[in-house]
Amino acid sequence: MKAAPVTRTTAKSVAFRDILALVWAILAIVAGLALVTFGVYQLVQTGQTPIDPEAGSNLPQIVAGVLLLAAGAVIIFRYIRLLLAVSRSREFKHARSTMRIDLIQIFLLLMLATVLFPVLWIVSMSLDPRNFSRPIGLTLIPPGASFDAYIKVLTRPSPNPVTFWQLLRNSLLVSGGTALLGVIIGTSAAYAFSRFNFPGRRLGMLGFVIVLMIPAGATLAPLFVLLNTVQLRTTLWGLAIAYTSSALPFAIWNMKGFIDSLPIDLEEAAQIDGAGRTGAFIRVILPLAAPGMVVTALWGFLTGWSEFILAWTFLSEPTRFTLPMVLRGMTGQYASGTPWAEFAAMSVLMSIPPILIFFLLQRYLVSGLAVGGVKG
Amino acid sequence: MASITTPREEISTPPRKPGLFGHFSQSVKKNSLAYAYILPALLLMAFITFYPLLYQVWMAFTNFELKHLLLQNPDFVGLDNFIQIFQSGLPVPNFSFGRILVFNILWTVVNVTLHVTIGIVVALALNAEELPGKRLYRSLFVIPWALPSLISGLMWANMWHEQFGGINLLIKELGGQGTLRWLLEPTPIVNLPQIGLVLPLSFFAVLITNVWLGWPFMMVIATGALQGIPKDLYEAADVDGASGWYRTWKITLPLLRPAMVPAIIIGIMMTFNNFNVIYFVTGGGPFGLTEILVTQGFKLVNPQGWYGVASAFNIIVFFILATITLMTNHVSRATEPYYT
Repeated sequence: MKAAPVTRTTAKSVAFRDILALVWAILAIVAGLALVTFGVYQLVQTGQTPIDPEAGSNLPQIVAGVLLLAAGAVIIFRYIRLLLAVSRSREFKHARSTMRIDLIQIFLLLMLATVLFPVLWIVSMSLDPRNFSRPIGLTLIPPGASFDAYIKVLTRPSPNPVTFWQLLRNSLLVSGGTALLGVIIGTSAAYAFSRFNFPGRRLGMLGFVIVLMIPAGATLAPLFVLLNTVQLRTTLWGLAIAYTSSALPFAIWNMKGFIDSLPIDLEEAAQIDGAGRTGAFIRVILPLAAPGMVVTALWGFLTGWSEFILAWTFLSEPTRFTLPMVLRGMTGQYASGTPWAEFAAMSVLMSIPPILIFFLLQRYLVSGLAVGGVKG
Repeated sequence: MASITTPREEISTPPRKPGLFGHFSQSVKKNSLAYAYILPALLLMAFITFYPLLYQVWMAFTNFELKHLLLQNPDFVGLDNFIQIFQSGLPVPNFSFGRILVFNILWTVVNVTLHVTIGIVVALALNAEELPGKRLYRSLFVIPWALPSLISGLMWANMWHEQFGGINLLIKELGGQGTLRWLLEPTPIVNLPQIGLVLPLSFFAVLITNVWLGWPFMMVIATGALQGIPKDLYEAADVDGASGWYRTWKITLPLLRPAMVPAIIIGIMMTFNNFNVIYFVTGGGPFGLTEILVTQGFKLVNPQGWYGVASAFNIIVFFILATITLMTNHVSRATEPYYT
């Protein structure tokens, strides 16, 4: 009770005298610097040395300047000491921390602007009815904004007689299949890698890491031949299986890390209660591993949703095309005739499902990524 | 005591001591359930990944081309494919293996450094107490990560467009000229062909694109790790009168390290082989100056159709990346004390 008013009065008086002292110090230093510089400059100019009696007119100037500088330095030094003392007072700390928060806020707003700029630009472009035949400026909502591009894209996105909904169905099938297969197969394997110490365990983990390093499209030709012989090449199932294989290494790695972090006691307790190993896995591990599984599924979904190379190479029937294939056809060398608005509308439509899923699963994102866990 | 424990041991240990192989087979038997759990993954990977890999190794020593896909068997050509690649003797325009490799490594190092730095700085900023709008920032900042990389690639390709692109329009709005040819300017900014370093303007364009894409992932990882740092460590530092900077350098960053190292290794592998961004933003241009190894490898297959050469190329890329990963892993061992 007693201490608080005391600190407040010191903080107030210090703040007032402080500023005065600082002003005096700065004035002294500026004047001192000016005098010294001017004096030395004159000396150099006339080629005289300060000891020369005839140059006596310059000497007092320099001496006064040096004295002023010294005085300023002393005040500044005291000021710093004072600030250090004050910095222990609570009000000072509070003022400083609000200033810090403001600076952080400015920084974050700038980052937000860089993050949102391309997104807003593409949304604005998708509403633009003009075909970019003349130079335009940046507008959030372009003049004469309309949903024409969206309507065009939803009814007939590519030259082929296929609607957006058919493509969406294909993409959802492939991505959903990849997510589902990846989670089921990955979690099962990750459990074995996490809880058993069997011969070949290290080799297996190494094998999965190696797969992460294989260049995209490296196994294109052999896969083509393989899936062709089992009649799966041009089907969406074949594609989903191929994607699962490339999503699996991450799935296993992430799920292993996640299961590693779960306490083993609960499982042992379940086993003592009469559940078998598999019973304990299903009843204890699976519910606890849900956040990890959610993120793993999300990863699989994203892999399938935006993959382009395999789909482009394997699928031949336009009715089975996926969204990325059509989007690719709307830009660059293949589509000098497609208006940018249609490409932008297609991009926006294609981005909605993953962004929605991301926002819905936001709270799992941090906890479900075992890569961020200490045991990696 | 001894008289009680001895018979128990006799029961639990098998009558005959197993040899090395016996021990192995016993261990396999004991863990048969583990193999059952792994079987689906193993089968899938064996067919879809490992079999094609072996097939590819064989292809690398043949003159496999498009016509061999469905019809006939290719001829064995020995090491020809590898020699052609290393001597940059492929009849592909602007192909130089050394230059692409140097570019690829520079691309990876610069990207991952920027991703991690920005990611950690933003995570630290978001970790400040009493910051309004924290949750909103966190959800909006993951947008670049959530966007399919294909879309962000194509979107940014349009952003950099000389005439109608968002970047040049923005420069114009801000009073600049806005006539930079971001993706097409052929004159290199950095030109050191002696060490294989030629960087055109499009390098910076595609770099900015990939930094935009990459830092949110690192931010999410760092945020998770920050939440795991016990608060009492900071309180102890406060009692000792440690400054904010001191706390960041001596407590926060060292404790972030164990979480960031695996993320960095994944980041290196993903960035080194980042097909989508390069392929869709610059397409490797101008004049193949922003080509990385994967995009070049893909171009050998599509449109060239040289599966044999591409296989050899991919095997080389794989070994380069494996070396880099092993080296990173080795370097990061230095951080092992932090794991305990």
